[in-house]
Amino acid sequence: MSDDTRHIAFICSKGDLDMAYPALIMGWAALGNGVNVSIFFTFWGMDMIRKDRIDRLEIAPIGNTSMKMSLMGLPTGNVGIPNFIGGLPGMTAVATKMMKGIMEKMDVPTVREYLEMLADGGANLYACQMSVDMFGLKMEDFVDGVELKNASDFIDMIEDAEVLFI
Amino acid sequence: MSDFTQFNVTFDNEGFLTDPAGWTPELAEALAAEEGITLTDAHWKVINFSRKDAAETGESPTLRRITRMAGVSTKELFKLFPKGPGKKVAKIAGLSKPKGCV
Repeated sequence: MSDDTRHIAFICSKGDLDMAYPALIMGWAALGNGVNVSIFFTFWGMDMIRKDRIDRLEIAPIGNTSMKMSLMGLPTGNVGIPNFIGGLPGMTAVATKMMKGIMEKMDVPTVREYLEMLADGGANLYACQMSVDMFGLKMEDFVDGVELKNASDFIDMIEDAEVLFI
Repeated sequence: MSDFTQFNVTFDNEGFLTDPAGWTPELAEALAAEEGITLTDAHWKVINFSRKDAAETGESPTLRRITRMAGVSTKELFKLFPKGPGKKVAKIAGLSKPKGCV
């Protein structure tokens, strides 16, 4: 199958900082290769397109077995962040700041910038109708380029797509 | 693929030039035509930047690098090189497949 007839559809259901990036990175790579891209934002995934949330996505150290003390630049190898420390007030903010700092240093675009790039590159960005209703949101709550789509219509349009649920 | 024998160059199996030294502006015109693109000044701005950048860094520039440094917007870049500018720019500019993800 040639790239320009391929269609990749991402269903983004999470609003954590680390769960936002896979679809953004792969979606952008797909556009660069000439692959059609659709992204359906549902439930917490809508945080990625909400104007009031897009710059405030976070990563929580509590219960996160992959996040190690070494993230803070300490030579601690595989020593994890104890949950009782991760559970302290402000620790999510600390971890988020650290993660964003690392990404900034690596010149990784922010979630907002990525979404602009995806919209400008021609990706279809859809807010899940049911989630929008459930959270009492309006179209003006979303960044530019987002359209409303119900689950049934989305299922119809991804008939021939490769689908990734995140 | 059309006949490129007159240019005396070879391509890898993805269509990227195996030896960037064999690139000429005429080859770029022919490669662009292969993609259905007629090169304009705006295209050349992207191609010239990409070649200069690759010569300096040793790597094909990513799309974001092009939009940031060549003064071309994302929308414009996708309009100039429709359906896959990531690969098309590199192919036409005679560069290798970009390695960066952004």
